[in-house]
Amino acid sequence: MTAPKHVEQLDRVVIRFAGDSGDGMQLTGDRFTSETAQLGNDISTLPNFPAEIRAPAGTLPGVSSFQVAFADYDILTPGDAPNVLVAMNPAALKANLSEVRKGATIIVNTDEFTKRNLQKVGYDSNPLEDDSLAGYDVHPVGLTSMTLRALADHPISKKDAERSKNMFALGLLSWLYSRPYESTMSFLERKFASRPELVAANKAAFSAGWSFGETTEGFAVRYEVKPARMEAGNYRNITGNTALALGLVAAGVRSELTIFLGAYPITPASDILHELSKHKKLGVITVQAEDEIAAIGAAIGASYGGALGITTTSGPGVALKGESISLAVALELPLVIIDVQRAGPSTGMPTKTEQADLNMALFGRHGEAPVAVIAPQSPADCFYAALEACRIAITYRTPVILLSDGYVANGSEPWLLPEVSDLPDLRTTFAQAPNGEDGKFYPYLRDPQTLARPWAPPGVAGLEHRIGGLEKADKTGDISYDPANHDFMVRTRAARIEAIEVPDIEVEDPSGTANVLVLGWGSTYGPIGAASRALRQRGLNVAQAHLRHLNPLPRNLGQVLGRYDKVVIPEMNLGQLAHVIRARYLIDVVAYNQVSGMPFVSGQLESMLEEVIKNA
Amino acid sequence: MPSAPLQLTAKDFKSDQEVRWCPGCGDYAILAAMQGFLPELGIPRERIVFVSGIGCSSRFPYYLDTYGMHSIHGRAPAIATGLSVTRPDLQVWVVTGDGDALSIGGNHLIHALRRNVNLKILLFNNKIYGLTKGQYSPTSEVGKVTKSTPAGSADYPFNPISLALGAEASFVARTIDSDRKHLTSVLRAAAEHQGSAFVEIYQNCNIFNDGAFEVLKDSETRDNYLIRLEQGQPLRFGSEGQFAVTHPANSFGLTVEDSASAEPLVHDATQEDPAYAFALSRLAGPDLRYTPVGVFRSVSRPSYDKLVRDQLEKAKAKASDNPAQDLASLLNSGDTWTIL
Repeated sequence: MTAPKHVEQLDRVVIRFAGDSGDGMQLTGDRFTSETAQLGNDISTLPNFPAEIRAPAGTLPGVSSFQVAFADYDILTPGDAPNVLVAMNPAALKANLSEVRKGATIIVNTDEFTKRNLQKVGYDSNPLEDDSLAGYDVHPVGLTSMTLRALADHPISKKDAERSKNMFALGLLSWLYSRPYESTMSFLERKFASRPELVAANKAAFSAGWSFGETTEGFAVRYEVKPARMEAGNYRNITGNTALALGLVAAGVRSELTIFLGAYPITPASDILHELSKHKKLGVITVQAEDEIAAIGAAIGASYGGALGITTTSGPGVALKGESISLAVALELPLVIIDVQRAGPSTGMPTKTEQADLNMALFGRHGEAPVAVIAPQSPADCFYAALEACRIAITYRTPVILLSDGYVANGSEPWLLPEVSDLPDLRTTFAQAPNGEDGKFYPYLRDPQTLARPWAPPGVAGLEHRIGGLEKADKTGDISYDPANHDFMVRTRAARIEAIEVPDIEVEDPSGTANVLVLGWGSTYGPIGAASRALRQRGLNVAQAHLRHLNPLPRNLGQVLGRYDKVVIPEMNLGQLAHVIRARYLIDVVAYNQVSGMPFVSGQLESMLEEVIKNA
Repeated sequence: MPSAPLQLTAKDFKSDQEVRWCPGCGDYAILAAMQGFLPELGIPRERIVFVSGIGCSSRFPYYLDTYGMHSIHGRAPAIATGLSVTRPDLQVWVVTGDGDALSIGGNHLIHALRRNVNLKILLFNNKIYGLTKGQYSPTSEVGKVTKSTPAGSADYPFNPISLALGAEASFVARTIDSDRKHLTSVLRAAAEHQGSAFVEIYQNCNIFNDGAFEVLKDSETRDNYLIRLEQGQPLRFGSEGQFAVTHPANSFGLTVEDSASAEPLVHDATQEDPAYAFALSRLAGPDLRYTPVGVFRSVSRPSYDKLVRDQLEKAKAKASDNPAQDLASLLNSGDTWTIL
């Protein structure tokens, strides 16, 4: 019997699970996150994985990792540098060590530190045996061999037993950070429902890891992170892609329209298709189309028929859909295009994040073809951004591009679940009768307020009409090559996007005396917010504002920008919003750009902003 | 109270738009045949939709007083798929041409056919690009001299019937613009078919490819060139009934025998195996001898919209009658926790 271990309180921990693509690190991270959420900590996660499904085992390109930050206060990012690294093999250690703080805990699976595996990643000597890990708190653990021993009596293959080593690691970490394990047990029961022997084996591996923590002298201290003070209510942990899909389902219920998704599989957007395909019960129709163009084409056809057409994709897909988006601009039909941005150009780095599709969303079509553009700022916010995209599409009968990205799409955070009745009412009306004073139907006779034309799906007698991509005469929608009419229609299509009602931008400046404003959009909200908080804690004043609506921009934006000596715009691109702001408001801005495929590290933004503030 | 049967006429299907095809274009005949045929369907105008792509043929929807969309190049089958799946109460026609359907839109055509989307697809084949003023098309014969191929085209053409059969189409037919009676009979068969009905219509472009199908129309030649496919009828044709379509024992394909005594095959478009229909589609040579017209294949297979709706209905059977409540349950599913 060992003596009870010392328990230490921490306010924040960042753990990174890293291993081979086949080691189950994403699942391990997910489970740890779920356990942590149950405990009431605030959390933020960052999965990071290669595009290859199974890169050669044990190599650097094959390393997959999952970072989770959890704290007893509200946090905005998954953390700059891990306090704990779990490295399942030498490649995982090598690929991640440079980002781990000195003094951090490193748990390594010693069984994988063989001569061959070390050579594979270019280690001349074993880092566990030389002094290259001096300054870290290294815990060498034979994860594989201990898992195999723990499962020796289980009627499963050696391969299946070995694969359970991630559960051993999860058990150990769950013990170390005092996590509740019930949800993982029930998860295993669900996941392996058809193979009870695997349920037993995985549970046993988890327990073995937990017990190892309890009994080994290697871990003298156990940690606790108290629940965060969060708003009362029901929560679930949610990724951006799932939140986005649920937001679309919610939009269907609140608009009483059929949600129709046309999609072609593409990383990192496919999970939205997977999620939506589960919700037929709520009337969602999904079509996996033959290509990106067919996907948006089918969505346009569905909208024409009175459903809400949606298409989900990533940058390369938006490029292919460009001509069809222009058609939807001309047809003036509701349509939601979701771009989960990834690193480009071309195939780029499909599993890595970037914000470099803003120019394409704003300008990437032939002719004058303006559309509304919005962006979510966090995983849970994807739910509300989806609803907002649908609101604009339905109200203004226009295509809306929603710019998510790999970071918010795959990252997760706790989501305070809303009451359905509090969600916006998105009901609209279809044309049911002729709208002209002469008793005729005019498909392009506009609502004077929204400038939207009637939505007139087929099926109503007396409203038969033809629409198309050719320029249309005002009001009648008949083909028109009249020069003055074209000029009028081009200006009207632009004016109706400009006329979309969007909320004013709000500025967070607790001191009220900041001279520097940091302006962001999309997924940079977390790192910018964390950096701003850190600066304020150090007595430096900075104002933060974040754009959800990128077209049209909030009406008060110019006025807000004019109040500050300096405006800084950090973006994961080469300055696309900065260009827009300079052109639109004729003010200079400080563009701060990173296109590494990884989200900003808040510490780096903090240093950069500090420089700007000091020189302002 | 049952409503009175619809009494529509061709005039009811004429829109107020001025028809803008070249004088003498084969499209006029097809439009007139369609306007003449539609009242027969007994479907109210508001339940009929024509979706087209780009090209001369694709102006078709503007001239019919139904619902219609003139979309973008090649994409009509995709757009119509979204409409058909969400609105099974509508009858959806796709009007396309050889460039629209087989070049830029080839992918959408084959996938609509394999899915068996409930669409009636009319491909006006004039073997030329008309609206862009006379370049060769994917159905133009090898060596075609056009503006873009002054030395003759080097590419081998598609056979649209063979292509549709290869794409698993459940209904495949061919007809000719100038033969209104035959054209109408094929439209009728297509309209009755559940699923994708693919109809190739040989259409004359009198400006850029005049007379492309003349041997099939001229009373001097047509009887010796055309094989009229009729369900259950022997495949015997010719001005004197001198030709018979037979299946040589040593061949996978069919042949035409100039023999009054040869035993012709009896046409059966309902064969599950598409090999027979495919063999028929290979009979014609570059000189159009011998060109079958009529229904090559007509088999029954559940349409895509029906399969999708069946899944939807099955799932909806588990729903409550309160979508807001079902949504609330969905949002609150998975591992949730409560902060007090």
